[in-house]
Amino acid sequence: MNRSAQTAGLMRSTFTVFSKELRVEFRSFELLTSTIVFALIVVFVFSFAFNPSPADSRRFGAGFLWIALLFASSLMLQPSFTRERTNDTLAALVLAPIDPFAIIAGKLLANFFFLVLTELILLPAFSVLYDVPLLGVAGQLAGVMLLGTFGTATVGTVFAAIASQARMRELLLPLLLLPALVPLLIASTGATMGLLADSPELATSWLAVMACYDLVFFTAAWLFGGYLLEE
Amino acid sequence: MADETKSNPIGQVLASVIVAAMVGIAIYGAFLWAPNEKTMGFLQRIFYFHAASGEVMILAFCVVFIGNVGYLIRRKPQWDWLATSGVEVGLMFNTISLVTGPIWAKPAWGIWWDWDARLTSTFVLWVLYVSYLLLRRLIENPERRAVISSVFGIFAFLDVPLVYFSIWWWRTQHPPPLIFKSGGLSPQMLQVFLFSMAALSALMILMVWQRYELESLRHIVEELQVESEYRNQGGAK
Repeated sequence: MNRSAQTAGLMRSTFTVFSKELRVEFRSFELLTSTIVFALIVVFVFSFAFNPSPADSRRFGAGFLWIALLFASSLMLQPSFTRERTNDTLAALVLAPIDPFAIIAGKLLANFFFLVLTELILLPAFSVLYDVPLLGVAGQLAGVMLLGTFGTATVGTVFAAIASQARMRELLLPLLLLPALVPLLIASTGATMGLLADSPELATSWLAVMACYDLVFFTAAWLFGGYLLEE
Repeated sequence: MADETKSNPIGQVLASVIVAAMVGIAIYGAFLWAPNEKTMGFLQRIFYFHAASGEVMILAFCVVFIGNVGYLIRRKPQWDWLATSGVEVGLMFNTISLVTGPIWAKPAWGIWWDWDARLTSTFVLWVLYVSYLLLRRLIENPERRAVISSVFGIFAFLDVPLVYFSIWWWRTQHPPPLIFKSGGLSPQMLQVFLFSMAALSALMILMVWQRYELESLRHIVEELQVESEYRNQGGAK
């Protein structure tokens, strides 16, 4: 098989896994509803803990937002592998004559998609609750959110595959994931904070850090992710 | 079975004595032989061990990375033993540098801790490799454990430069550590520093070696256990 046919095959099987994930989720909406509600609760609880003035919200809002998202994602990413365990469907997926990376990539894209949906609900709620206008910077904010979410989904999906094979897996994933996401958290809060300021400004250096993070870990997932699925 | 281990007791004892002597000389050099620093005085002497264990920690984590990649390519348990040994020893040096840092920082900077690039990335490193050890404890099957922890180890190692540079950009207003600012070290100080780095590196290598031997002995014990269980079951029938 030549390389372009291989790539086409990989993309096709990735898309198959991706649509399978979506189909499973859209039958029940269990994961999405609980993630969205959880993220909203975290953002909500922050206002009691810090009682921020509008000026505080502009300064710390980016942090609230990203912490809420990271907590929600460390909760949400778990089932992408553990729910395959109930009927041992992961073994069936692994047996399929496809590149094992397609399974990781399909789940990664699905998790990315679910997180983006969560953000679409979280951001307007955040904007209203904390009186931080976001519409003016919507385009730039979307770029920041997409880069940050893609990195979270990449590392998160790989680490969910790691944690799903250990005992105490529910506890383990946040433990592994949150320290590994530190660079992404720094860059994404930095970039978002710039956008929430009185005179919004997009720091391209933070975007570069995020793009670099995404690239490094997507490549690592591509090179090493397949090892996690062998039986 | 027993001849599988290439343990060499005389060599181990000899190496231990040499390393102990090196560490002893380094302690003598750091506390007695090296001159007092002009502005920081006696306090500065902790730096011979603090900075050196930081460097040695990085060396040990490089050993871990080599073990992780080696395992995924070669699939020999020996690479996994090397990685675990490296993590444990590296974490020890990591802890030493994290503990000695604040002891120095409080009198020198006036604060125990500062969120600058070096400190924070050392701390993130500590958290990552502690979770590496935790992950290993939570997976029973030795082969799965080796594969999974190798992948995690590679991700953790790749994270380190990203952590360092992102924090560096985050905190550019912070002045860099003042160690080399006052026109460098006196030749005597530099000699002591280089020697204590060599001594701690030798200590690291010795400990990784010992730990590796221990892991290979454990492996043999596990195999013998399986074998004896198998025999007992056979005898019962």
